[in-house]
Amino acid sequence: MRFFDLRSTWSQSPFDSKRIETVATKSAEITAENAPDGAERYVLTGEWRNHSIGGTLKEFERLEQAQGQGRLEIDLSGLEEIDTAGAWLIRRMMTAKMHQGRDPVLTGVHGPIKELIAVLPEEAPAPPRSDADRRPLFERAFTPLGRMMVDLGGDFYAAMHILGSAVRGAQLKFGRGSGVSPASVVTHIDRMGVRAVPIIVLMSFLIGAIIAQQGAFQLRYFGAEIFVVDLVGILQLREIGVLLTSIMIAGRSGSAITAEIGSMKMREEIDALTVIGLNPIGVLIFPRLVALTVALPLLTIIANFSALYGAAVVAYTYSGITFDTYLSRLHEAVDHTSIAAGMIKAPFMALVIGIVAAVEGMKVGGSAESLGSHVTASVVKSIFAVIALDAFFAVFYSAIDF
Amino acid sequence: MNELQSPDATAPAQSQDERKVVLSVRDLTVGFGNNLVLDKLNLDIYRGEILGFVGASGTGKSVLMRTVLRLLPQRSGTIEILGVDYAKADDDQRMALDTRLGVLFQHGALFSALTVKENIQLPMREYLDLPQSLMDELAYLKLEMVGLPPDAADKYPSELSGGMIKRAALARALALDPDLVFLDEPTSGLDPIGAADFDALIARLRDTLGLTVYMVTHDLDSLFSVCDRIAVLGQKRVLVEGTLQDMFEFDDPWVQSYFRGKRARSVVTDEQPTTRQAEK
Repeated sequence: MRFFDLRSTWSQSPFDSKRIETVATKSAEITAENAPDGAERYVLTGEWRNHSIGGTLKEFERLEQAQGQGRLEIDLSGLEEIDTAGAWLIRRMMTAKMHQGRDPVLTGVHGPIKELIAVLPEEAPAPPRSDADRRPLFERAFTPLGRMMVDLGGDFYAAMHILGSAVRGAQLKFGRGSGVSPASVVTHIDRMGVRAVPIIVLMSFLIGAIIAQQGAFQLRYFGAEIFVVDLVGILQLREIGVLLTSIMIAGRSGSAITAEIGSMKMREEIDALTVIGLNPIGVLIFPRLVALTVALPLLTIIANFSALYGAAVVAYTYSGITFDTYLSRLHEAVDHTSIAAGMIKAPFMALVIGIVAAVEGMKVGGSAESLGSHVTASVVKSIFAVIALDAFFAVFYSAIDF
Repeated sequence: MNELQSPDATAPAQSQDERKVVLSVRDLTVGFGNNLVLDKLNLDIYRGEILGFVGASGTGKSVLMRTVLRLLPQRSGTIEILGVDYAKADDDQRMALDTRLGVLFQHGALFSALTVKENIQLPMREYLDLPQSLMDELAYLKLEMVGLPPDAADKYPSELSGGMIKRAALARALALDPDLVFLDEPTSGLDPIGAADFDALIARLRDTLGLTVYMVTHDLDSLFSVCDRIAVLGQKRVLVEGTLQDMFEFDDPWVQSYFRGKRARSVVTDEQPTTRQAEK
């Protein structure tokens, strides 16, 4: 008679009221022995619950695979508790033994436990077979690239669709009203413009100060410190002002637009708008686009003032350039084309940010993960688009000699 | 799960264990600001029964369930689940308790970033020391138990229909074979056939696994067919609890109109022939 003592048992009543205070009170055990009539008998004792069977599994599976002859009894009279995990193991053992050509008999079972084992299927429901990828290596290697290009084309198409619907769709209210709700536009100007003022002022002040400081140190070698005003003025007004403001707004408001529209898409609010007969793009996206297009140029102006002020402070501190000198030098260095060159870009930047954010928002699917990935994509793409657009403008301006 | 004991071990314990209280709520008071939602509420749920919980909208059914599950704070009172007072329990006891509770939220609350199989295996992975192959088998088993096809296992919740989400969420609630299951409107949003299947499923799980079920429901069919006991929440406490007969006899306008309303009568008249047949 073989006896496998797998784990020491705790002599504890199964009805001990403190039973649930510990996760595993009694481990599951399986022992193989020979019954008096020559049959083989597996005796299962202890708790066969999901948290207590872990330690017995190895032994269980060894017995499950073991070859044998003759009658087999599986004695469950010593079982104290069982759940589906334990019942499933017993069921699996019986199936395995049947496949070996033996006829296992359960003994010591009664009522519910028998029922529990009976309702379980004999075989584990087979997981669906996933078709292996049989395409040639070339095709598999270039699929992601191709998909990326198709997605890019799709994005462009969606962006044009949103731009077109925003302009056209705003009027789709059975010809009633002007199409744009002013309250909505003002709210969004407040949220995306006015509330961004402090951070834009602070950021631009520091950027202006840093450029002025670095410029002053370098120009000092040539005794041309006064030209730091030209440097800051032209750089800030033509390039840096609008670029950094756009990047800040892409991160701040572009992400918010994507998240708002995306979560409305997730909760079928967009579908509800469509069914009510409103164009979601006209109702949701158009006011945001208008607000961004108004807010971003205004923020750029504020950013420019702030950066020039920061530069003036640094120029005075490090190089002794007084505010009067600074202003008169600025008048000579900067003409209206420098200001215009920067300001013309602002509404375009705003449109790009708004459209990219809206496209990504409309692509959000059903899961929280997809919302996160599209908000990320929205910020990354709009910052990239803003910089690319700025480069395009630089080439364009130099070509037309602006 | 006393039914699963060997006969000689259970014989003396059976009678005293039969009415073993699984969830006991005493003098529970919950409120927000100046507004008391529940005032000195008492409730007992016994092992192996299905308790249906009804009440008008806004009477605090969800608040009670969320308080019992420790998702909302209580002002006073005690909540004992499986003999353990959660407020006084230490971390080990709390963890042990958490593994013995299953919750089906009204909208499923499946994790949208995980597939159905991963959703079911999440509690197993956290709490159990089992090999992946066995966890896979168990996950497919749970899917079959709740009536989902195996190919639903690798789908994401957003690809499932409302009824499938309910079933998948039930499979996750049952992942650890809990002793006490909370169901928040399990049959809402299901078609009558699906709802009847779901009721039958819950009754079968109760019979085979010895589950205790706390079910918040407005489905009169569920109340009449599977619930052993019904509790009505109103006036910040449990107005009445008992069998269906007790509900018919209880003298309260809301309870009367709920259980004797037009819709309830049609269910009852449909129901009666079948119960008579069952008695024969």
